[in-house]
Amino acid sequence: MSDAVAGQRLPTRGDLMTPRAVDWVRRNLFSSIFNSILTIVVMALAALIVPPLFRWAVTHATISGTTRAACTGDGACWTFIRMRFPRFFYGNYPTDQYWRADVAFALLVALCAPVLRDGTRHRWMWVLLLLVVFPALAAVLLWGGVFGLSYVDTSLWGGLMLDIIASFVTVAGSLPLGILLAFGRRSQLPVVRMLSVGYIELWRGVPLLTVLFMSAVVLPLFLPAGVSADRLLRAMAALVLFNAAYMAEVVRGGLQGVPSGQEEAADSLGLRWWHVQAFVVLPQALRIVVPGIINTVVDLFKDITLVTIIGLFDLLGTVEQALKDPAWLGFATEGYVFSAMVFFVCCSALSAYGRSMERRLAKGQ
Amino acid sequence: MVRRPSPRARAAQWLLLAAVVAVAWLLGSIAAETSGRRHATLGFGYLADPTNFDIPFRLIPWAVGDTYARALLVCVLNTLLAAAISIVVATLLGLLVGIMRLSTNWLVRNIALGYIELVRNTPQLVQIIFWYVAVLQTLPGPRQSILLPAGVLLNVRGLYLPSIVADNRAAMLWPPALALLLVMPFVWRVPWRGFPIGAKSLLLIPVAIMLFLAGIDHTDLPALRGFNIAGGVQVVPELVALCAGLSIYSAAFIAEIVRAAILSVQKGQREAALSLGLRPRQVLSKIILPQALRVMVPPITSQYLNIIKSSSLGAAVAYPELYEIFAGTAMMQSNREIESIILLMGVFLSINLIVSAFMNWYNRRVALVVR
Repeated sequence: MSDAVAGQRLPTRGDLMTPRAVDWVRRNLFSSIFNSILTIVVMALAALIVPPLFRWAVTHATISGTTRAACTGDGACWTFIRMRFPRFFYGNYPTDQYWRADVAFALLVALCAPVLRDGTRHRWMWVLLLLVVFPALAAVLLWGGVFGLSYVDTSLWGGLMLDIIASFVTVAGSLPLGILLAFGRRSQLPVVRMLSVGYIELWRGVPLLTVLFMSAVVLPLFLPAGVSADRLLRAMAALVLFNAAYMAEVVRGGLQGVPSGQEEAADSLGLRWWHVQAFVVLPQALRIVVPGIINTVVDLFKDITLVTIIGLFDLLGTVEQALKDPAWLGFATEGYVFSAMVFFVCCSALSAYGRSMERRLAKGQ
Repeated sequence: MVRRPSPRARAAQWLLLAAVVAVAWLLGSIAAETSGRRHATLGFGYLADPTNFDIPFRLIPWAVGDTYARALLVCVLNTLLAAAISIVVATLLGLLVGIMRLSTNWLVRNIALGYIELVRNTPQLVQIIFWYVAVLQTLPGPRQSILLPAGVLLNVRGLYLPSIVADNRAAMLWPPALALLLVMPFVWRVPWRGFPIGAKSLLLIPVAIMLFLAGIDHTDLPALRGFNIAGGVQVVPELVALCAGLSIYSAAFIAEIVRAAILSVQKGQREAALSLGLRPRQVLSKIILPQALRVMVPPITSQYLNIIKSSSLGAAVAYPELYEIFAGTAMMQSNREIESIILLMGVFLSINLIVSAFMNWYNRRVALVVR
């Protein structure tokens, strides 16, 4: 019986004298004089800031109606967002073709699930499907022009759809390139090492904006006469080249994290260098760096908004476009708050996944 | 590393180099042909040409008609100004939020967490534009300026700070004050009776401040005169928005770095120090912070580099920094795309290399000496 008694918590003075809630407040908010003052100051500030914000966003806001005439209150005018909602997600994609983007997105989610889930069998097959087959399928779906699908020019692509497309292409392109560069940077061959270091440090030393500017203005000058690539493709190519440098550094961290005994053991079994790296070192390294890669993807997803400055219409671009609509002037705050919230939801979900992955990895070690 | 590269691999790397050179040569020849078609030759001679545009905000005198080279200098200074302000503000705010995250007060801890999560998960560009369009541009006009502490005024035309007017002794007093501040870190390490002087060298700071104050004739407070604000220094709203966006964003990352660094110091260190009889303040300043600092320096360096690079986002709010002018007006007028991009990348790359060299030197100084 002594075990049962030992397992129980002895009642503290707080339990005996006060209800649990009061005890919690005392311990967490008023544990010392300094903490009490801090709590009171913070609460006073919150009382000043939160109610007006709540009034603006919820109680005094308007969401019904179809024109700006509906927004008579002094709160936010969410009607503007509601009327423009599809545009924010699909850009100028033809309304009757939205299903194509939806199907592509559903495919992406369906393929990402087995790749990211724990304990998938034949994960490599799924990765290949995602990185090779899916892009081809999505390109056919989104571009069209074949199989009776009408052609949709990339200049019509926009909104959150463009953010997702650009992030996917960038990750799919920069991960392999980044892995090569990471190996290059660790190589014993001086020329390979120096080229990789030069590449990585060059791209990491310049702002993304200058790289996008290069893609928009300077890249056409480097294309042979008669060859042209559209704006979006050029921007994505620049994003791939740029992001590969960051991916390389993340992957290099993972390669350094693989115990050298692994490589030595594989070597002593007589495997060739390529086999050692591909079957022993890289799989273990990639496992370590998944959280790092997800962080890079979150950063990338946020940074893709910069394409707005070179004249592409991602979510931020479509919001800015909508703000210039004479019928809806003066709702800038609503527009930016809305786009910030959409990004917040996407990025929080991604980083939460990254953190859970990190915890799982930490537990496994 | 048990394996030596094979002779074949050693030979192959030169092939790679040859391929890279060939691609570069190919691109160069295409570019030369393209610019030949447009009757332009590559070269930076145009930097000596007179310009035909204005730069609305500058730290050094500028007039329409000055050379492109001077425009470059004006823009580099504008970029550095925005980056320097943001780095200082972001570091202070980040330290504060990072320490708030470790507070025993539930409310304070969670407000810091909410701030970090909200800021880290929204794009920096959206934040900068938000500060500019949704906050600064909705401020009242000069007549209804918001009065902040210390005579600072805030209105739709920007932030007005009191300025300091020097009297004729300033030229004599201010250089020594600056010199005292600069030698302070070195005096810190000078040995005296067997020990470094250390914290006693902080006495130099009040001396420097007194010298500085002695050189001030009066302060010029901004005030409403007619329809506008006169006196003081005007900080344009573009700069305020850019610095707010950059520093609030980076502060969230720095806060996480600070928190992780403090938590990374092993519990035993603190316990051992306490059991040796050190006071809690000594434990923090002599045991925890010096060890946390070592962990902090490299990631904070990369945050500083990010701030410098992100200052190019000033283009979104038309703050006249490097990108805004040299990928915009200056490029349009001179028609020099390739030169502009080389200049832009070159300047950013050099600033970054200098900062990272400095931070690496600092990192080596504070790094743990492994014996």
